[in-house]
Amino acid sequence: MSAVIQAGGLGKAYRRTWALRDCTLAIPDGRVAGLVGPNGAGKTTLLRLAAGLLAPTCGTISVLGEPPAAGPAQLARVGFVAQDTPVYARMSVAGHLRLGAWLNPAWDDALARHRVAQVGLDLRQRAGSLSGGQRAQLALTLALAKRPELLILDEPVASLDPLARREFLRGLMEAVAEHGVSVVLSSHLIADLERVCDYLVVLVASRVQVAGEVSALLASHHRLSGPRRDPGALPPGLEVIEESHTDKQSTLLVRTDQPIHGPSWTVTPVSMEDLVLGYMSRARDDRMPRLEVVP
Amino acid sequence: MIEFQLDERSGVATYLQLVQQVHQALRMGMLEQGDRLPTAQQVVAKLAINPNTVHKAYRELEREGLVRARPGLGTFVTRLPSGTDPATQARFLASMTDWLRSARSAGLGPDDIEAIYRTAFRDCFAEGVA
Repeated sequence: MSAVIQAGGLGKAYRRTWALRDCTLAIPDGRVAGLVGPNGAGKTTLLRLAAGLLAPTCGTISVLGEPPAAGPAQLARVGFVAQDTPVYARMSVAGHLRLGAWLNPAWDDALARHRVAQVGLDLRQRAGSLSGGQRAQLALTLALAKRPELLILDEPVASLDPLARREFLRGLMEAVAEHGVSVVLSSHLIADLERVCDYLVVLVASRVQVAGEVSALLASHHRLSGPRRDPGALPPGLEVIEESHTDKQSTLLVRTDQPIHGPSWTVTPVSMEDLVLGYMSRARDDRMPRLEVVP
Repeated sequence: MIEFQLDERSGVATYLQLVQQVHQALRMGMLEQGDRLPTAQQVVAKLAINPNTVHKAYRELEREGLVRARPGLGTFVTRLPSGTDPATQARFLASMTDWLRSARSAGLGPDDIEAIYRTAFRDCFAEGVA
């Protein structure tokens, strides 16, 4: 299976600060991949590197098997919707479609007009007077009508109200169902990602913490709780992602590919949110001096 | 045609929720032999979920022999789920009851028994966690 985005040791520094570091990834084809992490984690940097809007400081990245923005042919294969879904405020909706048709050789005008009608946009209206949800739908329409193989979206729904968010994701998922476009989108709204994503990348503190198929990640992570014990004494093959202890009890988020035995543990499945938060707090703790656990 | 709902707080994987709703609809007679399931496109347009999730659910139903995908036409109900044979159900109910009685007479309380059951259930169905 080929990768839509493949990165090896990828890094980007601004002056002396690393925005993204040591990023090694292979997001498979045909997925809706969610890139999640706190603000400032490097999500936008990674997506802009993939779109060819930034050049890496070190390492390699290829998108659909070629360097990002390698030429007009490669650009036509990738759709990119930047943060806050920018449009030209003084240009009408119809003007945006004409511009799209003019700039993109594979422009699908029927698709663009169908979507504009479907989401109820007025062709004569200036983009600057659209609501946030309508603007996002216009930006998505422009990106889809160029018929890309890969669509990259940076926080597309962050600023939308819940209804507009749901409608945007419906439109996006319909496009995935109909055209089979691969999607990589960043968000910090985990509930939305849980609905739409089948691949997850957790990025915290400029580094990839975990990446994989959602179903495999959920199957291999568990929450354990039981009488207090030293995490060092756990059976081999268990990786502790997050732990908390009281004087009597230990609660752990663990990763393992084997079934967990031992009746003294209560094992519960984790949600995507548990998993993301677990990796986020581990990354945060790694940067702070570790507190001694009082025995 | 049935319409799927999603319970985000159930903790049940989305594809399994779809599978269970088809089972339910078959049992209740809302779906009958020859009926067409909604297309992935229709499900996605309503629920805003990943189409692969719908495909996964339909593949599972196909594996169970309940539906068949006909390329270009849709996915159709081919047969109704055969409920487990009542005699078999009765046999397992009896042995479970015996087991519970002996656990109780050995001094185990309801919570102990539930913990044992959950552990055994989990070990038995560990591969179905996803």
